[in-house]
Amino acid sequence: MGAMEKSANFRYELTQHAWVRRLLTSRWPQFALRAVTLAGFVLVLLTGFMGSPIGSRNFAVMFVWIAWWSALKLLMLPFGGRAWCSICPIPMPGEWLQQGWLVKPGGKKFGLGLRWPRQLRGTWLQSAGFAAIGLFSAWTLTTPIVTAWIFAGLIIVAVAVSVVFEQRSFCRYLCPMGGFIGLYSGLAPLELRPQPHLTTEAKILAAKEWPRGCPWINNPAALKSNANCGLCLECLRTETGSQMQLNVRSFDAELSQPSSFRLDEAFLSLGLLGSVMIYTAIFQGPWGVIKNAALNVGTLAWWGFAGIFLLTSFGLLPATLAGATWLARTFGQAAQPLRLMFTRYSRALLPLGLLSWIAFTISFAFGKMAYLWPVVSDPFGWGWNLFGTAGMEWQPYLVNATPVIEVLLLAAGLIWSGKSVLDTTEQLGTASQRRWSALPVILFALAITVIMLWLLIG
Amino acid sequence: MEKLAKALVIILVLLAIAVPLLGKVLTVQPEVVELHARMPENGDWYPAVIHGQVNQPIKLRLTSDDVVHGFAVAQSSLPEVEIFPGKYAETELIFDQPGEYTFYCTRWCGANHWRMRGTIIIEGPESAARPTSEQPLFLKLNLDLDEPHLAKNLPSSRPDAARGAELAAQLPSDLDREKTWSVSPETLWQDLSTVYQAAELDDQQVWDMVAWALSLQGGQDRLAQGKALYTQNCLACHGESGQGDGVMVRGLPTMDYSMLGGEAVRPPDFSDPAVLLGASPALLEGKIIRGGMGTGMPYWGEIFTSEQIQDLVLYLYTFQMDIANIP
Repeated sequence: MGAMEKSANFRYELTQHAWVRRLLTSRWPQFALRAVTLAGFVLVLLTGFMGSPIGSRNFAVMFVWIAWWSALKLLMLPFGGRAWCSICPIPMPGEWLQQGWLVKPGGKKFGLGLRWPRQLRGTWLQSAGFAAIGLFSAWTLTTPIVTAWIFAGLIIVAVAVSVVFEQRSFCRYLCPMGGFIGLYSGLAPLELRPQPHLTTEAKILAAKEWPRGCPWINNPAALKSNANCGLCLECLRTETGSQMQLNVRSFDAELSQPSSFRLDEAFLSLGLLGSVMIYTAIFQGPWGVIKNAALNVGTLAWWGFAGIFLLTSFGLLPATLAGATWLARTFGQAAQPLRLMFTRYSRALLPLGLLSWIAFTISFAFGKMAYLWPVVSDPFGWGWNLFGTAGMEWQPYLVNATPVIEVLLLAAGLIWSGKSVLDTTEQLGTASQRRWSALPVILFALAITVIMLWLLIG
Repeated sequence: MEKLAKALVIILVLLAIAVPLLGKVLTVQPEVVELHARMPENGDWYPAVIHGQVNQPIKLRLTSDDVVHGFAVAQSSLPEVEIFPGKYAETELIFDQPGEYTFYCTRWCGANHWRMRGTIIIEGPESAARPTSEQPLFLKLNLDLDEPHLAKNLPSSRPDAARGAELAAQLPSDLDREKTWSVSPETLWQDLSTVYQAAELDDQQVWDMVAWALSLQGGQDRLAQGKALYTQNCLACHGESGQGDGVMVRGLPTMDYSMLGGEAVRPPDFSDPAVLLGASPALLEGKIIRGGMGTGMPYWGEIFTSEQIQDLVLYLYTFQMDIANIP
């Protein structure tokens, strides 16, 4: 067993410690965090609807898009996977209505409990939702009331879905952030998994229905990926919960294992890669034309921007990768279907995607973080000064370090994805064929890296 | 336990709602008027009308809901206030005469910047009311401001007031201010050509005399004041060189006198001698006061004082004449 393989197989079970298991088995700590985030969510809605229309002076925009969105990409997602989903307040009111309880199972259930339509499963809807947010991003990220409407809309949809469909269908199939988080959560060094000795046929849970089944509609005994595990920890709380464990693992643990990757996930992966390039061009680039086009929703320029956004994310990038995959297949004389290789290479590009998002967030967040302090003292922009920070002037942080960090992050993303591409070709013939097969896709990843570097550093 | 959890959620949510709203109610200062500045397309000044009493201070708390604006009261010496997005500025106004005052934006905040105007209504004894201003000259002369006024006789080079002054020292002069202000430089040139026929001045020398005559309307201080007003209020459309190529009008069609009133057009080109030398100061004054109906030219009559408008008119002629450097 090589060092790399050893590293990929590394697991440290956190729940072997009784106090950790007790902490996680109790619903109260998680509930308390969700209650606080729900209150914060209400404050976001209030400030968005009633506060200053100036984005940089409004808690809704600053908290959601600078504090939360940055913390999600820089900390929660890369280190905790779906950790945010475990304390997200958006599905909470709908769940309360659906299940009739918050911390102690019981109470009257409400709703139809229908299965989510088979045709709508997968991440297509989440891709569409994330793309829709991207199309309106310049407007959303600067306009408090739009931010408030988006989150109000999310909570309304979440409640409606909870009433009509079973369990956490909203989180699994609809939430646009859920698609983003789920896709990259496989790169996080945290996982909830069955005990290694269990077979996938083992029925950990005595019944399908929550609270005795998985709210995310998984079979925990067969859990191999973080993608659809929302870390709600409910499986730990069943009578067979001792068969589940929370592990710390290496970052590469999931990606280095062969796994199926569907076409919808491949398109989401490439869509997110395209999105981060367009986000970087809008928010970090010097092009006023692009900023204006993205901001002036409904104008001809905006439609042009929307077209370029969608074509780049869901047309150009997939087509280019498909071309690179065709070359890889030809060079490698592979017998595998093109579609299968395309989806596997899309999966191999996940590290580059995540680290591109992190690199973008570094400059975006540190450039704008100073706007947070006045908003903390004056969340509504009504002229308050609760903590004496209302008058703090804007200044960018880590100006000199940011480009270096971005280069390192993108280089790490390229190397990691390059390694994953090479891993993907392992089933092909000779070493030479494998190298030639990997080359077109690695060049594709290199081109993405160069474009990101150009957009971020110029 | 379940009841406690439910109560906790409800309490936290209610706190998140109640605390800010209570704070808002408790911090309201009824004696202070909170004035929101917004580009006209975003809602303009809010409130657009402010009421007050003679000699009673009006406390204003100003903020901008979109871009940087400025606040000033027209025809007054009250200092301007800069208003930054999401920040608050405070000022206090006091008026010693009843009447209606105009407040306006002093920063080029957008294409419709000039529309950002509001009213302050001050109530008090009628005996103390503001005196009505004198009728402007363009009304007395019954000038048609929209009539084309291009000059046909043009100088061969820029008329120079300094050269005109040297000639004037050797010649009799009976120029009066009102006459100079009433006729166009071209008409004045025609009149002076007749007056000084005996002195055998050539055409350019008469044009120098015209420049000198205009220079008598105000000294360098007033020209500087006119330039400052032009820079702050006119340059964004008329352009730095007066060519009508300011940043705010670059997408508009060129002015065509035959089609005035149909749509917003670029301002006239002051670098074309025919434009300014055919326009009397009274006519320019009228255009500034009334605005160019249908061309997009704002009306400034309620913003500037008569003296400010005259300074501005005088400055406009510097695009065609050297009238500043009088020995």
